[in-house]
Amino acid sequence: MSQPIDTAAGALPSAVAARRRRERLRHGAFYLALLALGLVAPLFVYPVFLMKILCFALFACAFNLLLGYVGLLSFGHAAFLATGGYVTGYLLASHPGLTPELGILAGTLAATVLGALFGVLSIRRQGIYFAMVTLALAQLVFFGYLQAPFTGGEDGLHGVARGELFGVISLRGNLSMYYFVFGVFLLGFLLIWRTVHSPFGQVLKAIRENEPRAVSLGYNADAYKLVAFVISAALAGLAGATKTLVFQLASLTDAHWHMSGEVILMTLLGGVGTLFGPLVGASLVVSLQHMLAQSPLGNWVDVVLGAIFVLCVLSFRSGIVGEAVKLYRKNFK
Amino acid sequence: MNLHKKPLTVAVALVSLAVMASAQAEISDGEVRIGYLADMSGTYRDLGGPGGLAALEMAVADFGGSVNGAPIVVFSADDRNSADVGANTVREWIDQRNVDLVAGLVASSVVIAATRVLEENGGLGIVSGAAASSITNEHCTPNHIHWVYDTYPLANGTAKAIVEQGGDSWFLLTADYAFGHALEADVTKVVEENGGEIVGSVRHPFPTSDFSSYILQAQGSGASIVGLANAGADTVNAITAASQFGLTQSGQQLAGLLVFLNDVHAMGLDDTQGLLLTTGWYWDMDEASREWAQRYFDEVGRMPTMVQAGIYSSTMHYLQAVEAADTDDPATVRATMAEAPIEDFFARNGRIREDGRMVHDMYLAQVKTPEASTGEWDLYEILSTIPAEEAYRPLTESQCKLVNR
Repeated sequence: MSQPIDTAAGALPSAVAARRRRERLRHGAFYLALLALGLVAPLFVYPVFLMKILCFALFACAFNLLLGYVGLLSFGHAAFLATGGYVTGYLLASHPGLTPELGILAGTLAATVLGALFGVLSIRRQGIYFAMVTLALAQLVFFGYLQAPFTGGEDGLHGVARGELFGVISLRGNLSMYYFVFGVFLLGFLLIWRTVHSPFGQVLKAIRENEPRAVSLGYNADAYKLVAFVISAALAGLAGATKTLVFQLASLTDAHWHMSGEVILMTLLGGVGTLFGPLVGASLVVSLQHMLAQSPLGNWVDVVLGAIFVLCVLSFRSGIVGEAVKLYRKNFK
Repeated sequence: MNLHKKPLTVAVALVSLAVMASAQAEISDGEVRIGYLADMSGTYRDLGGPGGLAALEMAVADFGGSVNGAPIVVFSADDRNSADVGANTVREWIDQRNVDLVAGLVASSVVIAATRVLEENGGLGIVSGAAASSITNEHCTPNHIHWVYDTYPLANGTAKAIVEQGGDSWFLLTADYAFGHALEADVTKVVEENGGEIVGSVRHPFPTSDFSSYILQAQGSGASIVGLANAGADTVNAITAASQFGLTQSGQQLAGLLVFLNDVHAMGLDDTQGLLLTTGWYWDMDEASREWAQRYFDEVGRMPTMVQAGIYSSTMHYLQAVEAADTDDPATVRATMAEAPIEDFFARNGRIREDGRMVHDMYLAQVKTPEASTGEWDLYEILSTIPAEEAYRPLTESQCKLVNR
């Protein structure tokens, strides 16, 4: 972040202020265009497919908050996704009177608690050790879900009713479900945006860049990291809970360590440490899986994804959005 | 309402009326759409997989490629043995392609998830590959039919025969999901009813490639019979591991509870000779079977498994029902299918019960010795026939919600 520290616009020379304004206008237009795209997309594309993208995008955004802004590589995020999914699924399937938003809330809460637990145990380690501790904990959770009777093990948890939002709006139709998921995604995304652009987010970045210095300035680095970890886990849980509601089932796929790997892939492809990178990465990965699964190349999904990943890491390291931002900065500033 | 001022409303109303009327009596979208969902790349690839798709396409071609003038369209997807992927694919086929029949359906976990989606959306599925008897028991729906076999006759045939031959203490090695659980329950019941006993069991994850620790547990159990309640590549891996650890040399005997023709072919007669198994069909069973199997062999280059033969048989029966009813409406076709008895190269004394179970004669077979075998695919000897009405779980024991008792 090489930009000067943001002070009141009036204190700046007028040319700079005008440029800032133009910049802000451009950003505003960009966000509005994206929002409009999200609103009309289900009229042209299969809504369930879009919902899948949004759920994974939220999951990847949550992961990116940790990797991109705190510099912590968690290899156990599948545990939160699955916990959100299973708790929501179990509650909604076994309590027919429960409304979906309460189910999602419960799932998110469960993931948050698990996140706090994981965080307390793993946050003191860094780098590869942190990744290994989170992976080990996630594998414990996976085994728990494999054996627990309520998850249905390998068969999955079925029969989750989409139900009525607030007891009023039916989510059975794919369109109404889509707009609900879109709303959830926006909420999650805004929370991340707010976190990243708050003083708290600045401290997180400071810790990422140089932890000893942040500590020497008096920040309790472990506490900051823990809070970020818990937020990330909660949002991953929210993504899992929403996903379960969309597909009306929760399965071990979400808890498997492959899922933890997939979210890393999405984030790195899209651009780690950028707000929109995970969204682009998730769209790309989900679309590729979707298109390849029903084509003659079906068995080659993993190979194709692997090849793209290798290409990406070798040729543009900051990911798709990362490169795009670099290009934009070079040409428009 | 003044109708002259609202031409659009009137047009929409008329069109929707017309659509509703045509949906009742004709074939939707002017096409019969069949989606083939199976494991095309993993553990269960060889027993169904691309070979099953070939059988389905053979049935469509033999039927003439169209029903009452409506062309038959076939598409397929790989479920990767994941309930998640399977259910989502079926949902998409219903939403996007208005699929009329979902065929294949191999792994029991995928089937249970997929048939839920079919039930919610009023579709139709024919399950040919899956084994769990719970598919037409506690998981039954009015929207699917279970065709080839299930775990009840497997236990009733193989396990009973082995207990009667004196193998009365069992150790079970079970695949840890719906199919394994159903088979374990059915085998336990049969063994105990016939005076045997289960001395131990262990569940392995699905799929597993390294069976060494499970085989060692089986060896330590002291049971005379080690029952393999798994399928496909899992069974092959378990049998291979057992032979490496000298399980049979130390006096224990293996019982493959679900063994397919391709498994025996892959392992060879030296390792499998004498193995007792229950099958729904065998290519060398009679003239009609041999004739169809030869045609399949000419096309695919392998002899068909019972699953692949069942896919042909069930698709044919489905298409005949669509033709007779002159509609592809799932509920009507399902009812028409149940009216007609099933007698073809695959099924003897076949009929579809109200729980969705297609009952037909099953066979107890034994793998031939290398000396007795006359060719690459001459692998089984049929010992006895289990009559259709005895082979499957009686409706009086059913927990299916569709069965009135």
